[in-house]
Amino acid sequence: MFDRLGSEGAFGAFLMLGDPDLETSARLLDAAIEGGADMIEVGIPFSDPVADGPVIQAAAQRALAAGVRVGDCFALITSLRARNSDVPIGILTYANIVAARAGFIRDAAEAGADSLLIADVPALEAEPFAREMDQAGIEPVLIAAANTPDATLARIASLSKAYTYCVSRAGITGTHAGGQFDAGLVERVKQAGGPPPIFGFGISRPEHVRAALSAGARGVICGSAIVDLASRQGDVASFVQSLKAVTRNDSVAE
Amino acid sequence: MRLNGRFGRFGGCFVPEILVPALEQLEAAFLDAQDDPAFASELNGLLANYAGRPTPLTKCRNLPGNIYLKREDLLHGGAHKTNQVLGQGLLAKRMGKTRLIAETGAGQHGVATAIVGALLGFQTVVYMGAEDVERQQLNVFRMKLMGAEVIPVESGGRTLKDAINEALRDWSSSFETTHYLLGTAAGPHPFPTMVREFQRVIGREARAQILDQLGRLPDGVVACVGGGSNAIGLFADFIGDERVRLIGVEAAGKGLAGDEHGATLLRGTPGILHGAETYVLQDEDGQVTDTWSVSAGLDYPAVGPEHAHLKDSGRAEYVGATDAEALAAFRALAVNEGILCAFESAHALAHALKLAEAEPDSAILVGLSGRGDKDVAQAQVLLA
Repeated sequence: MFDRLGSEGAFGAFLMLGDPDLETSARLLDAAIEGGADMIEVGIPFSDPVADGPVIQAAAQRALAAGVRVGDCFALITSLRARNSDVPIGILTYANIVAARAGFIRDAAEAGADSLLIADVPALEAEPFAREMDQAGIEPVLIAAANTPDATLARIASLSKAYTYCVSRAGITGTHAGGQFDAGLVERVKQAGGPPPIFGFGISRPEHVRAALSAGARGVICGSAIVDLASRQGDVASFVQSLKAVTRNDSVAE
Repeated sequence: MRLNGRFGRFGGCFVPEILVPALEQLEAAFLDAQDDPAFASELNGLLANYAGRPTPLTKCRNLPGNIYLKREDLLHGGAHKTNQVLGQGLLAKRMGKTRLIAETGAGQHGVATAIVGALLGFQTVVYMGAEDVERQQLNVFRMKLMGAEVIPVESGGRTLKDAINEALRDWSSSFETTHYLLGTAAGPHPFPTMVREFQRVIGREARAQILDQLGRLPDGVVACVGGGSNAIGLFADFIGDERVRLIGVEAAGKGLAGDEHGATLLRGTPGILHGAETYVLQDEDGQVTDTWSVSAGLDYPAVGPEHAHLKDSGRAEYVGATDAEALAAFRALAVNEGILCAFESAHALAHALKLAEAEPDSAILVGLSGRGDKDVAQAQVLLA
């Protein structure tokens, strides 16, 4: 994806699978692609999402209340993959969801997901998961935070493949970064030799996308703003389009 | 991390990356304090002169068998929780933190945290499920009296596990100034190890006291297990005494055949929750299920990882006591010994009474983890 985009920034759209029901969820995924998302991040809902703010928590609750199962989430990914052969699909979920299902990682790969980020598995605990992902042919993604020391960034660089999920400020999803993105973190990730840095957390407006790319990131992921809009029956395709447009206007600093 | 934080296959440090440096700082402060005689001296001074240690070991005069009660109910604050909040409070000072956050179910740990916040001068914030705030007005008022702010948690099932989730979320953005004073020997490393060490005093005292009173070690040591801090504190110094049976008693609630219980080790499966690999009450997909117990302190869908290991290694046994059995034991202790214990502790006593009936000559040490004042209003309804 980064090769194809060249100097253009990557725009990732996050949606919670099964929110508020399977049918609507499939339609929202299509809307994000229609709006021009370069990659799709999908959440598999968990009952106790400690890394998530109120918007994503509520999305997971709606999906679970609708009776959405992990198997349904894989089916949504399979059909999304069938409709779109190229778009990278990444899964975001929690360790207990991965641990509870024998063969979760293999099933995720078979459904057509390209990468997997487990929000409560830090570098310290990631090795067995990353090894299994390598064997299954799905790319591990780890989070690098502003307070992550260089030694840990080196470990993250060696374990992760698709991209490095950078978190600029302390907090949980939906945290407002105030448009400030940490160029120092991006630089440290690059120094460590990690896969391309992408900023998540606190991307909800065009100026945030611009600021994140100016800080040296190769792309952004927007989650809470899209999920919130979808929950209010807003136009997800247009919203994605408006944020994606910024990545074309401002080329990524080499 | 300097320690590996594992108990066999269980334990670990399953938190978002952003919290790892905070846990590393905590581990370093804890290990440094362990080697610092000034820390031990300050903590022991507080335990003796503020909290009232050592607590007595009381041999029951009228209940059947030979039951010895380790009286944590007589500790300041009314439960064993005070032991470890003092330890963590001093560590928070050492790390230069100015704010404490904590989760609480029925409010006992929240009250303990409010105590240490007032004593040591912290800004204190307690997360409590909105459901629990409504049910436990008196404890909410106690916390506020001691200067703590109580934040009702509206997310999820609005109970203890949701309060833990919310405290972890707070900590993700506040760790530079804030210590998360987790209430039990569960959660990510170093909490299970650190809380055990701060609670170890229970078993250390009890072991010396029973040797003094009985002239030998007990045949069985029985404690209730929710998160498992009072049980691990009582067990720790007996683990090497291979002939002493260690028995943890979980909340069997309305019966282990149904879903309304909190028997994580008996009915759960290995999983990862709140930072640790441990037994979890969950469905096939890994969604955490709701629990039930008459005692809020045992109403938790995970358990400290060291108990998971003690179970799998066979060193400790885990059994259940139902709501009805616990209530019967609560009443029996009141009628026969003149002691009102917490509903949590009544679960341990319920099992000890079964043992005493089966083996009248055995000496059984029971962790009486807390006093029953908090449960009297509920008992009035349930026993009417």
